[in-house]
Amino acid sequence: MSDGNGAAPPLVRLHDITKSYKRGAQIVPVLSGISFDIGAGEFLALMGPSGSGKSTLLNLIAGIDQPDSGELLVDGVNIGALSEVELADWRAGNVGFIFQFYNLMPVLTAFENVELPLLLASLSRAERRDHVEAVLELVGLQDRAEHYPNELSGGQQQRVAIARALVSDPNLIVADEPTGDLDRESAEDILKLMQTLNRELHKTIILVTHDARAAAHAHAIMHLEKGELSAREEVTGH
Amino acid sequence: MALPLSYSLRNLWTRKLTTLLTAGGMALVVFVFAAVLMLEAGLNHTLVDTGNVENVIAIRKGAGAEIQSGILRPAAGLIESQPQVETGPDGAPLSSKETVVLISLQKRSDDKPSNVTARGVGMLAFNLRPQIRIAAGRVFRPGSHELVVGKSIASKFQGAGLGEVIHFAGGNWNVVGIIDSDGSGFDSEIWGDAEQLMPAFRRQSVFSSMVVKLADPSTFDAFKHAIESDPRLTVEVKRERQFYADQSEAMATFIRVLGMTLTAIFSIGAIIGAMITMYSAVANRTGEIGTLRALGFRRSAVMGAFLVESLLQALVGGIIGLFMASFMQLVTVSTMNFQSFAELAFGFTMTPGIIIKTLLFSLLMGLIGGFMPAARAAGMNIVTALRSV
Repeated sequence: MSDGNGAAPPLVRLHDITKSYKRGAQIVPVLSGISFDIGAGEFLALMGPSGSGKSTLLNLIAGIDQPDSGELLVDGVNIGALSEVELADWRAGNVGFIFQFYNLMPVLTAFENVELPLLLASLSRAERRDHVEAVLELVGLQDRAEHYPNELSGGQQQRVAIARALVSDPNLIVADEPTGDLDRESAEDILKLMQTLNRELHKTIILVTHDARAAAHAHAIMHLEKGELSAREEVTGH
Repeated sequence: MALPLSYSLRNLWTRKLTTLLTAGGMALVVFVFAAVLMLEAGLNHTLVDTGNVENVIAIRKGAGAEIQSGILRPAAGLIESQPQVETGPDGAPLSSKETVVLISLQKRSDDKPSNVTARGVGMLAFNLRPQIRIAAGRVFRPGSHELVVGKSIASKFQGAGLGEVIHFAGGNWNVVGIIDSDGSGFDSEIWGDAEQLMPAFRRQSVFSSMVVKLADPSTFDAFKHAIESDPRLTVEVKRERQFYADQSEAMATFIRVLGMTLTAIFSIGAIIGAMITMYSAVANRTGEIGTLRALGFRRSAVMGAFLVESLLQALVGGIIGLFMASFMQLVTVSTMNFQSFAELAFGFTMTPGIIIKTLLFSLLMGLIGGFMPAARAAGMNIVTALRSV
C-alpha cells in the first residue's frame, strides 16, 4: 500500500479492475471493482480461499493476463493498454516470477535456467555469466550451477527459480504459492530469502498464499473474498 | 530473442527413443528419395559419360537411336571428308563408321534371354573413346571373328566371359578381351570388327551411325550446318554427349516419376509421424511454454524453438537416410533401356547435389510436420498453459 504521506508514487495502482472468464456459454465474474495501490518496496501478501481470484489478480498485475475493464498502472505504465508483444517485452524487464512448482526447464542446468531471462536483454555472454553467478551466490547455490533441476531438492529448485526471478533486476516480483510444494523447513528458508530480497534489494514483492504463516512474512496482508477485497491487515513486527 | 539451440537439442535427446523412431520413419522416406535421385544420376552418368565432348555422332534423320538408323557408305565418306573433322598423323580423318545390332544372349543368373548391343567398329573407335581401356585380354584382331565385351555384359551373360565363345549370326565369336569404360554405356556393349559384323548381319553397305572427332569443338555448328543442309545427306548431327543424354531421357523420366510418386506418398506418412511426435512434445511441455511466455519470450520464440526441434529431428532422419542410401553405390542395376531396347547396366551415384537436395527434402518434411504443433505452442494462452503444471 502507498504510505499515505504522498512522498512516493505507488509502484502498482489498480483502479476499478474487473475480470471474468467464460465457462462454456456462461460468464463467470472473478474480480469486480478492485482498486488499491502497492507502494514501491512493499511486501504484500494476498490471501483468500480457493477461487477467490487472488491468482487472477496476481496474473493481471504481472501482465500475463488482461483486465476486462479498469486501469492498471505499474511503475507508471498502463499495462492494460500494451500490445501483446509490448507486454512480453515489459514482463521481461519488469517482473520476476516465482511459481508454486518452480517451473524450471528440466533440460537446462540451474545456470541456464537462471540465464533464460537475460537472453531477452542486450547483454554479452560474459555479462550474462556475471549476473547469473551473482544471483546464484545470493540464493546460496553457486556450487549447484551445473546441476539439472531433477538433481536438486524442492527447496533448491525454488531457490533457482528465485534467482531466475531476480537476475534481470526487476522492481516487481510476483510469487504464487511459492512454498505450497515445500516442507516446513524449506518453506521457511524461502520466505526468509524473500524477506531478504525485499529488505536489502528493495524489491516489491506480491505473495499469493493461503498459508497464514507464509503471509506473516509480509508487511501487509490483503484478503480477497469472491472477487472483492474484503480487508487489509498490517503485519506487526516488520 | 530466440531460445538457445541447446534447449531444442536437449529436448530431442531427452525423448531419444521417440526422436529416433520418428527420425527412422523419415530416414526410410529419405532413403527412397535419395535412391531415386542416385539411380537417375547413375543412369545419367552412364549414358552421358558415354559421349565424348569433342565427338560428334551422325545418324539418319528422324532415327531416335542407332538401332533405327542407317547411313550408306558414300554418305559416310562425305561426312568424314568435312574440313572440321580432325585428321590423324597419316592424314586420315578421325572417324568411326559403326554398325549397331541387337543380339539375344542368355543371362547367367536365370537363363532368360535379353537383348545386348553388338557394335561393329573400326580400330579408330578406341582412339575416339579414350575412356575405354582393355581391362583383361586384348583388342580384337581386324578381319577376325573376335570380340571384346563390356565388363557388365561379361559378368552377366552366358558365353560372354573372357575366353568364352558367343554364338550369333550363324557363327561363333571368340571373346578375347574385356573392356572397362569407367561405368559408361560401353560397359554394356559387345564390340567387334565392323567389316566382320556387317556381312554377318547382311548389312554390307549400311552403317548405323558415324562418330567423328572435331579438330575444334567450337566448329560444331558449322559442321552441323554443312551436313544437315547437304541435299545428298539425310543425316542429323548431334554432339555425342547430347545424343547419349537424349538416350537416357525416357528411362530417367520413368525413374523420376515413379520414384517421386512413391516418395510423395511415403513422405505423407513420415510428415504425419513427425506431426504426432511434435504435438505430443507440445502437450507434454505446456507448462514450460507458459513459463517461457511469462518470462517474456514472444510467441515467435516459442514457435521457433519447436520448429527448430522438428527440423533437427528431420535432419537426423535425413542423415540416417543418406547414410543408408550411400550403400546403394555398391549396387549395379541391369535393365533394358527403353530407347535402345538393349540391356544397360548402371549404378547408383551419390553427388553433392543429391546430398543437398535430400537434406533439404528431409528439412521440408520436418518443417511441414512441425509447423502446426509449433503454431499450437505459440498460440497458447499463458494463464491456461501455466495451469497445466
